[in-house]
Parts: sequence; C-alpha cells; structure tokens
Amino acid sequence: MSVKVMIPTPLRAYAGKRDSAEFSAATVGEALSGLTSQFGELRKHLYTEDGKLRAFVNVYLNDEDIRYLAKENTPTKDGDTISIVPSIAGGSFAH
Amino acid sequence: MATTTQPQTGRKSATSLSNEEILRYSRHLIMPEVGMEGQLKLKNAKVLLIGTGGLGAPLGLYLAAAGVGRLGLVDFDVVDFTNLQRQVTFGSDDVGKPKTEAARARLHNLNPDIQIDTFETKLTSDNALRLFKDFDVIVDGTDNFPTRYLVNDASVLLGKPNVYGSIFRFEGQATVFGMPEGPCYRCLYPEPPPPGLVPSCAEGGVLGVLPGIVGSIQAMETIKLILGTGENLVGRLLLFDALEMKFRELKLRKNPNCPMCGEHRTISKLIDYYEFCGVRGEEAPGPDLQVPEITPRELKSRLDRGDDLFILDVREPHEFQICNLHGHLIPLGELPRRVHELDSSREIVAHCRSGKRSAEAVDFLRKAGFRKIQNLRGGILAWSDDVDPRVPKY
Repeated sequence: MSVKVMIPTPLRAYAGKRDSAEFSAATVGEALSGLTSQFGELRKHLYTEDGKLRAFVNVYLNDEDIRYLAKENTPTKDGDTISIVPSIAGGSFAH
Repeated sequence: MATTTQPQTGRKSATSLSNEEILRYSRHLIMPEVGMEGQLKLKNAKVLLIGTGGLGAPLGLYLAAAGVGRLGLVDFDVVDFTNLQRQVTFGSDDVGKPKTEAARARLHNLNPDIQIDTFETKLTSDNALRLFKDFDVIVDGTDNFPTRYLVNDASVLLGKPNVYGSIFRFEGQATVFGMPEGPCYRCLYPEPPPPGLVPSCAEGGVLGVLPGIVGSIQAMETIKLILGTGENLVGRLLLFDALEMKFRELKLRKNPNCPMCGEHRTISKLIDYYEFCGVRGEEAPGPDLQVPEITPRELKSRLDRGDDLFILDVREPHEFQICNLHGHLIPLGELPRRVHELDSSREIVAHCRSGKRSAEAVDFLRKAGFRKIQNLRGGILAWSDDVDPRVPKY
C-alpha cells in the first residue's frame, strides 16, 4: 500500500526540507514509523518520550482525523494521503 | 436614519440606511445575497479583532469597507519598521505609534461611518470576558499560543463564534470555532506545543502577502456569518500552501470529551494561559535554560586582547549572508550531527540572532560535556547595538 505523508512547513527542516514522502504501509502507524525511521530528528517533534503522538500534532488520513478513526491502527490503502497538522500561531511574538 | 431602541442595552439598532450609505454599499446592495437586509445586518454587527498585525490588517480594512457597524481593535503593540513588510494598514509615518491608533486612523479614513473602538491593552484572563461581552463575533488574528487558547476559551464561555486564522512562513490555516454544534480550538489542539518548538515569524519568517490572504479569508467568513449566507468553515480546517498554491481541507470534529466545549465541560473559567503553554517570561529563553553568558562588550574586549575564542554561529546559512561575526556556522538543527567539529578544549562563544537559539546550543553542548562555553547575550542584534552599529539588524 503506497501512502503519501505530507510534511508541514514547521517540520520540513527535520525532514531534509521535503514537503512529502512516500511509504509502503498498511496502517497510519506504519507510515509514520517509516517517516521517523527515515528522518530520525522528526521523532521527538512527533512523539513523546514514551512513544505517544504529541497532543499538539494532529494526524489525518485523507480528510479525517485519526483520533476519530482507529488512531495509529487505522488501515491505509493505495493512494491515501496522511497529513501531519501541527499547531501554528503565526506572528511576531518572540516566545 | 430611523432607529429603534433595544430595551436591554439602550443601544439603538439601525433599521435603515442613509442615501449616502446606499451609494457607498451599492455593490453589495445589488446582490441578492446581501441586499438592504444584509447590509443592515452588517451595520448592526459588532466584531472584535484580536490583534491588528499581519492578519488584522486585511481584516480591519475589509470589515470596515463592508460596513460592519462596530469594530473593536485589541492590540498593545506599537508599529515597528519590520511590520511594514506585511501589515498593510500602516504607513512609514506610523512607525512608533500604537497600532490601534494607526489602524483606527486608516480605517476611519476608509469608512468614517462606522464606530471603531480601540483597546490598547494586552488581552488577559482578567479582561477578556469583559471585552468580548459586547461584541457578536470574535476574530483571532493573534500571534502566540497562550492568546489563542485564551481567545478560544473566552469565546466558548460567552457563546461567541471565533473566526480563526493562523500562518507560518508560507502556510496558513483558517476555520470557525466556537459555534454551538462546532468544535473549538481545544478540540483540535488539546495541548500547546512546548515553547521553542514552533518558531515565531521573527525566527521562521513569513511571506508578507500570506497573512493578507488568510486574513481576507477570515474577513470573508466573518461577513458570511453576519449575513447568514453561504457555507462557512465550521467543522472544516482550511489549509493553504502558498508556494504550491493549493488549498486543502480537513474535517474538524467536535471532540465529545473536550474539556471546554464537550458534553462534560471541566473548564468553566479562564486560566493562566502562559503557565498552560509553559511560557513564564516573554523575553528570556525557557526557564530551564540557565546558561553562562557573555555580553557583546565583554566579547569585544576579550577579542581585542587577543584571547583565543572560538565563535560558534548557530543561525541558518541565509542569515550568515546578511551579517556575521566570522564565526563557524553550524545551524542549531545540525549541531547534534556536527558536534565533532567543535574542540571542547577551546573556549567557545555561541551566538545566534537574538540569543535564544544559541542558549539552547550552549545548553545542549554543556550536557554533552563541554565546559568552556558561553552564550552571547542578545545575539548579533545586541552586538550591533552595543559594539558595531555597522552590522545590520534584521
């Protein structure tokens, strides 16, 4: 199952500046594993130390939030798109 | 102009338009989707803009142009020279003025018939509910996470729609939170990112026209909410990629367990949002980063004395091209991989633009065993201020 993972702008620096990557995966979790295996630095931005997806990062399979599907066990099919949507605040506040 | 008085507030509600208004809004009135009825809805609408910066600029301009009868502007900032790259309500003459004052003048010139209220104040848990109370629609044009959560919570508590837009570099998001059957910001993001993980525009940069597009989308959604027409973005997250020129859409569901707007609400009042987002001070790097520092003047005198110091620059290559202190460039993100390029027996001074990224670098290197390392306080900006004004600031 060839699945495309869209990488959002704030995370592209940790993914070799790529805006997407393709993986062979049967579930969302597998695709994300593929992603963090290929781009190790992404792991800490996506996952906590105990391996859970960070709460400010949302993952969508096509247009549906995986929290409302089967989370990382959500099955994928050929041509699916996984989107990573982190929160962005946008502006000039130096925090 | 004929008016009727509303008994509860004593405020007058407009029931007709003057001849001048009819002429001004003629392009609205000749559309069946607006008409006299729609224009009157706009005239009687009260919209509060949180933030009059990059997003607030097109918002203020288009809502004033559309004839929204009352606009509130909340911003405590002053116009900065670097704002002019994108905050198109302001002109060169406005640099140094409070943003609310400069925006009010511009909007008043565009449409003298509307009421513009300015609130030159920081939005806080103490004033948010009081400020929001008198308005119908809240538009979130802010630039930081604590305020985003504050605006969300206050809107949900008061039952007001929150037209949300946010940007980063060349990507934008837009949606409408706060409608009774719709999700709120916490449904999408129950937790904020730790400070420093998502760069601000000053650190990440932004294509100036991007907030122009996203803010205009917010203005459009606000007008549609007031008119009660079209399909709005409730339950839909609009994603915009300016470089690819692509719009995508994701479904935003109301989280039944949302502590703010779910079936069993656990949050019934505003909290300390800075604490929630882990930001305790607005200037210093994170509270945990107590790193040894050296000021630009101290560095200069040590270099003049001939001391053997290794200058480590942790900025990005394109920043190095703007200006540099002839340091050894290892961008912060590459430091873990390239730490072997550093000699821990030498004295190292790390710097970046403002001192924040280099503080993280120093912290990282100290944990890796480096003992002779200091952070240049204030970065190359402070160097320009205190040592060599020929170094451009950016």
